[in-house]
Amino acid sequence: MSPWLARRAGGVMVGVALSLAAAPRCGGQTIAITGATIYPVSSPKIEQGTIVIRDGKITGVGLNIPVPAGATRIDASGRWITPGLIQTGTSLGVKLLESGGLRQTEEDSVTGDVNASFDVSEAIDPASMAIPITRLEGITTTLAVPVGGLVPGQGVLFDLSGDRVEELLDKAPAVMVMDLGEGGKNAGGGSRAGAMQRLRRTLRDALEYARRREDYRRGQIQPLAEPAQDLEALQPVLRGELPVLAIANRRSDIENALRLAREFKLRLVVWGGAEAWQAASELAAARVPVVVEPLTDVPQFDALSPRLDNATLLRAAGVTTVLAQRDMAQFRDLRQAAGNAVRNGLSWDDALRGVTLTPAQVFGVQDRYGSLEPGKVANLVIWSGDPFEFSSEAEHVFIRGREMPRQTRQTELRDRYRTLPPRF
Amino acid sequence: MPGCRRVGWLALPCAGLLSGCAAASSSKPAPTPAPTPASAAPSAERAQYASTYQRRPSGAVLIRNATVLTAAGPEQQRAAVLFADGKIVAVGADVAAPADAVVVDGTGKFVTPGVIDTHSHMGVYAAPGTPAESDGNEATNPVTAQVWAEHSVWPQDPQIPLAVAGGVTVIQVLPGSANLIGGRSVTLRLVPARTVQEMKFPGAPYGLKMACGENPKRVYGQKSISPSTRMGNMAGYRAAFIEAERYRAKWDNWLKTHRGDPPDRDLRLETLAEVLRGHILPHIHCYRADEMAQMIDLSKEFGFKIRSFHHAVEAYKIADLLAREGISASVWDDWWGFKMEALDAIPENAALLEQAGARPIMHSDDPNGIQRLNQEAAKAMYAGRRMGIPITREQAIRWMTANPAWALGIDSVTGTLEPGKAADVVIWSADPFSVYSRAEKVYNEGRLVFDRADTAHQWKTDFNLGTAAPGVGR
Repeated sequence: MSPWLARRAGGVMVGVALSLAAAPRCGGQTIAITGATIYPVSSPKIEQGTIVIRDGKITGVGLNIPVPAGATRIDASGRWITPGLIQTGTSLGVKLLESGGLRQTEEDSVTGDVNASFDVSEAIDPASMAIPITRLEGITTTLAVPVGGLVPGQGVLFDLSGDRVEELLDKAPAVMVMDLGEGGKNAGGGSRAGAMQRLRRTLRDALEYARRREDYRRGQIQPLAEPAQDLEALQPVLRGELPVLAIANRRSDIENALRLAREFKLRLVVWGGAEAWQAASELAAARVPVVVEPLTDVPQFDALSPRLDNATLLRAAGVTTVLAQRDMAQFRDLRQAAGNAVRNGLSWDDALRGVTLTPAQVFGVQDRYGSLEPGKVANLVIWSGDPFEFSSEAEHVFIRGREMPRQTRQTELRDRYRTLPPRF
Repeated sequence: MPGCRRVGWLALPCAGLLSGCAAASSSKPAPTPAPTPASAAPSAERAQYASTYQRRPSGAVLIRNATVLTAAGPEQQRAAVLFADGKIVAVGADVAAPADAVVVDGTGKFVTPGVIDTHSHMGVYAAPGTPAESDGNEATNPVTAQVWAEHSVWPQDPQIPLAVAGGVTVIQVLPGSANLIGGRSVTLRLVPARTVQEMKFPGAPYGLKMACGENPKRVYGQKSISPSTRMGNMAGYRAAFIEAERYRAKWDNWLKTHRGDPPDRDLRLETLAEVLRGHILPHIHCYRADEMAQMIDLSKEFGFKIRSFHHAVEAYKIADLLAREGISASVWDDWWGFKMEALDAIPENAALLEQAGARPIMHSDDPNGIQRLNQEAAKAMYAGRRMGIPITREQAIRWMTANPAWALGIDSVTGTLEPGKAADVVIWSADPFSVYSRAEKVYNEGRLVFDRADTAHQWKTDFNLGTAAPGVGR
């Protein structure tokens, strides 16, 4: 243990858990959307259906839904309606720029290797320019995650609307991120085996800490691997309540993750999973979901055998599969990523599910998100056509029952320079 | 491209630019020195690093009943494309094919020219992305005009077949953007090869990579070397071209007279002198509109012509200026916000350029993006339509074929499906502007370099061997 860690462990009492309770602000309006082809995801599509939204919730979906008196009506004939898309594993809201050393826009990492207590919630900037731009592509919810080190910290799920963090948050924490690949190995002295060893020690010490909190307070315990606040943050992980989002692309990294999950009874979600297709039957048997980036196919030593039909093969084996696009410059292109998964063999329904209901289930918010059903949060999108096609656009985006403005910094730039010279 | 093309540059490899091509480009040909054995010739006049690319003999192919986007005219429904001996023979409704032609049924499919990327680092930043293969930035001095990208290219880069599977037939490989002047680019045909020479596009002019803005000033500013500011950037280019002017004058004078010993040869200044002579095409990494305007001023001070601004995320702000100056813009559709100078990127960039009469190009700068340049063009086309600019498929296809061919100075050879052009042809499973469309067959000068249905035509690089990598045909 480093002196720094020892000092923290000795000197700091259990951190006060960040308590930013999710407090959705909902629109009070009643809205009825009629005439569209509805893809509820949880049930077959409905032609010429109606959706009613009230107080931020969906109150009716179907063929013969009466339109409440006084409801605002939207005629969506010829349009497609889907749940709002859920983007997994981005730095949205916590980071704007990636290079140029612009520290002013980066909030997604803290120093150190094991930062289990680092929760990115308070790093989110609801005024981030990236939020309206991402929302315009039909993405209504995102899982923002920390990066760096062996245990970067806690990721949170939030809706892309609101003025204050408390308003945005859906679930915090939603995941505990661990990096079992190239990014985490330095924390293990430069080897994946060392990283696994360190993770095991951290998890064992967290168990020990939970058993002997009194001894810890009295100082009657051998030094533990990490400060109390981090060991405390790992308790819901060890109770199987908080999923571990484990970065693992190489097949052997995935096997390591599976082994660790078995040993400590973790709820594992594999993130990246570039070679997951090679371990598809094991993942299916262990009921471990995988978050796949459908556009990954360039070999790296982190994964020498990625392939574009990864999601297709995983689904065929029965693996729960989430689709994501986390590249910094393009994370609004989630629907393009999903479309490409279809291009490479995934069924269209599985692709839609992979960006809506499946991530909601994997991150434990399926009671409120991911499908169009009465009682669910009214996050939905009216598309001009197939949401995965470039020819389509998100014409109306609703978050918690409120229609989102279509103006962004980009549309303002576009309109300013529509004719040249611009009128400043 | 001046000079080389005018002398029939397919026949005459444009090596030894200082002799053959330079002479041919001036209105009054300079006296040609008597031929001398290579060893005896002044070094600057020796043949330099010639292409050894050879077109593979291929029979006639007729693609029937397809939607054809020629990039040189209207979209043709239920049309045929015939090519033979590496050249397009005919495109149209009634095409008579020789009896021995391989006939491909194009029903429901689309045929376009091969995709051309003006901005690739494949080969110089090869997968698997180790420091050992990081060969794109000679970041040891802000001006390294003496380096040539082709001397870094690793032909076994496993990224190359992935790009071919995306319909790409020709790329320009550029040095990186750490330096003000990064070095010479090279234009390659994407064919399986053991050496870069076997990929070099015969007769294609060289490009010069320059870079504006954040990168050079950051890289050198961190080392406390100039440039550390944008004004330092400008001073750096100007100092280099002032030297190059002197060097060029000295050599031009000697080449005219051959009197006395030839001047000392300086590779750095030789490249810049060739830019001043118009034989090397400047390609400038430049994001911001105001900086592009500065670079145009620079080009006027020294009398060269910028061929393409790359990345150019703010090109839409000066679309009128770019149209007037005849400078193309190599852009992404919607990369945004990854650095300060990319903050004002908008997806309508290409459409606004088209509207202004400028020359938009979809480029990748990325081993993933290059696999889907058709999708980038699609997003940009529809973004334009949504703002009321009625971009057609005929126009958008040019953004990834004819326009990049122009930017690379190879538009008389490839980039469109016109009789006589190289048979660089892609058959797509559906409208290439649909997310579901895939390249099914790719022909590079008539040679079938990719066939999704036939593993015999799915190249695996040496690097891929012995891994579980399934190839690119899936």
